This record gives sequence, structure tokens and C-alpha cells, in this order.
Amino acid sequence: MEDNIINVTVVDREGNEHQLLAPTDMAMNMMEVCKSYELPVEGICGGMALCASCHMYVLSDHDLSEPSEDEENMLDQAFFVKSNSRLGCQIKISEGIDGLKVQLAPVGGE
Amino acid sequence: MIHTDIIIIGAGPVGLFTVFEAGLLKLKCHLVDSLGGPGGQLTEIYPKKPIYDIPGYPSILAGELVDNLMKQIAPFKPGFTLGERAEKLEKIDEKLYKLTTSKGTEICAPVIAIAGGLGCFEPRKPPIDNIDIYEDKGVDYIIKDPEKYRGKKVLVAGGGDSALDWSIILADIADEVALVHRRTSFRGALDSVEKVMELAHAGKINLITNAQAVGLNGNGVLKEIIIEEDGKEKYSYAVDHFIPLFGLAPKLGPIGEWGLEIKDNAIVVDTLDYSTNIPGIYAIGDINTYPGKLKLILCGFHEGTLMVQSAFKYIYPDQKLSFKYTTVAGVNGFE
Repeated sequence: MEDNIINVTVVDREGNEHQLLAPTDMAMNMMEVCKSYELPVEGICGGMALCASCHMYVLSDHDLSEPSEDEENMLDQAFFVKSNSRLGCQIKISEGIDGLKVQLAPVGGE
Repeated sequence: MIHTDIIIIGAGPVGLFTVFEAGLLKLKCHLVDSLGGPGGQLTEIYPKKPIYDIPGYPSILAGELVDNLMKQIAPFKPGFTLGERAEKLEKIDEKLYKLTTSKGTEICAPVIAIAGGLGCFEPRKPPIDNIDIYEDKGVDYIIKDPEKYRGKKVLVAGGGDSALDWSIILADIADEVALVHRRTSFRGALDSVEKVMELAHAGKINLITNAQAVGLNGNGVLKEIIIEEDGKEKYSYAVDHFIPLFGLAPKLGPIGEWGLEIKDNAIVVDTLDYSTNIPGIYAIGDINTYPGKLKLILCGFHEGTLMVQSAFKYIYPDQKLSFKYTTVAGVNGFE
């Protein structure tokens, strides 16, 4: 691993895997990394945990911090929520999530 | 029919501030927004969040910024058509457009400024098969008149303030109210949550938690909802109405059908004056796109300011435009 860069894998809604590089020293989150690679994550609220459009499923075993109340509340607005659902904007890019694999959740609804 | 100089589609911060800049040039504005009040995303999504990058304000709550903007534009007496979506745009004369809203309100002006932000906020529809065939035949996303539900059996779905508040109101009106939520806890205002629990204990609301509505049945009109509770068999629940309250999401809507050049859900503009490919129509704020575009409120403020200069020249090609600082000329509101 290069200094300050980690690898993450994002599976898009068609099942294709994308290998992304993310910097650990820019206070980025998974939603922003996906958007920087032009993956179809809307991030309507810009990362304030106020829209649930960055809903993703965590497929790997990484130990992510517990979701905040705001995140839990927003997952209420999401559809197709499963036990491994998280908001991408609340997953901070850090060394600890090197190798993370997530799948973009279906958007669902109109 | 309402007549004005500039129809501003979208009453968010950028649409609002444009009224001020237009007013300095003595141009009248009328704003249209599908939301019931001004402020756009600020009022709808994050009214209590502090914003740190509004020039002159180290920190300002989004809702307060909207209040300040409303005060700032008050001297220019803008008209507002709120709670109605801009639907149809027609050219009715060489330099005259007519905009018709979802409720049939008609507004005419030579210039249209689209300040639509991320799009029109529309209710999020749960991904239930066939839900669209029951829309207006039992399924309602918005409650306009609670009396519609008097004596009826209603199922509300959702876990936020909207779902809680409507369940409380309908508990006294409907014959039967059920509230279905995916989790056991709710995310609304504490006293709303408490009130719902009280009503549930008193048997006035049937609280169904750890559950989701997964199907709809009927014969032309809604008759029952299929409910799935965690780890249990699905069952059907007889209802007259299903009211899913899962928040709002923005959609480009009818704006996408007016012949404007659209790229990535945004309107392409010329950065000279934020004009679109159609003369007399401009796009400002988050709704536009150009190389280097940043979706910031302050960028939208700048775009609106430049846009009104161009609008003036378009409306009054033979008049000279005198550029005056507000420190010199003051703010001369409309009578």
C-alpha cells in the first residue's frame, strides 16, 4: 500500500466490480470516493446524512464504527435496507478500511 | 393571468437573491416553487445546519439565511406561487413566455430564470409492485385534506416526523389508523413519538413495527396491504388508504422536457450570462452546468447577478443600463 492510499472495491448496480484508490489524508468518505470515480452515487445532500442516496451494502468483514443516530434515521428513508446497509457518506476513508468491499444498493422507488 | 418581468422557477436561496439583483434594475419577479414555502433545499433538507461559506457570515443556519434573504428582497415585492410545480412552458409571442403550473396558474413574462436547484422535490415512492395502479385509488403520497379519511381505514408507513404527525392527526378522524415502520424506534420529534406511543396504548393507533408493506391488492381500488413482519409470515391488512411517507427526493421533472440542453441532470449554460440554448431562458444555481461549475450557494448568487444584467438588455434592448453601487444609489424598493 502506497503511503496514505488504500484500495476499496465497489460493486455497481449491474454487478460490475470497480477497484478504487482512496486517500486517507483528505477527510474523504466512501460517497465522495465513488463520486470522484463517477460511479452512480447521487449524494444529494452532499454528505450530511440527510438523504440516503449513498446507501450501500458492506460486503467485507471490516470493523466499521457503529452508525450514528442520524445515519440510522436516514436508513429509515432508504429502501431495500439489509443488516449490512450503511450510508457511504458516513464511512470515513482510513487505513483501517483498506480492502473494503461494498455494493451500491438499488435506488428503488421513484 | 399573472404578468411580470422575470419568472423565477425555484424559490431557493439563489432564486430569492435574484429578486434583489433584478429589483435594483427595476425588474419585477414572480417565483414558482413546488414546495409550500421559500428556501428550497435549505428549508426542506437542512434548516438547522450551519453554513460556513456564505460571504460575510462565519456561520449562519440555513433557515436563518432564508429568513434574511426574504427580508432583503421584500422591498421589491416579489410574487410567489408556492405548492405548485412549473409544468408547461409555451412561447406565446416573440418575447413572451407563458408558464402554467400543476394547478393551472398561468404566469407570463419575457424572461424565465430557472433556479430549480437539484430539481422538484417529489415524494419517494416505496418499491412495491403495482403501487402506481393504486395511486389516487387508495394510495396517497400527500395529504391535502385529512377529512378525506374520515371513517376510513388508513395505513401510514414511515418512521419520521411526517408519518408520526399524520398518524396522530388521523387517529381522531379515521375509523382505524395503523402505522407501519421497519424499525422499533422512530426518528421524529420526541413529543410526537411519545404521543404516538400514548395513542397506541389507548388503542387509537395500531402500531406495527419491525415490518414493511410489501404488496397491495384490490379490484380497481385499494382493498388490502400485504405486511411482512421480521421473521413472520406475510399477512394481509384491510384498508381503504395507504399513505407512504418516506420523505422527498428531487427530480428534474417537466424542466427536462422544454427543449433545453441537459447534461447529467443539469442545464447547460453559457457563462457569459448563464443563458441556455433558448433565448430568454436562463439557468442559475445548482440546476446549471458548465466547465468548472461548483454547486455552491455563493456561486448561484453570482450567476443570478450576472444573469439579470443580460435579462435587462434582452427585455429593453434600446435602453441604456446604468451600473450603480447600492452604496451610491441605495435600495429603491417598488411602490
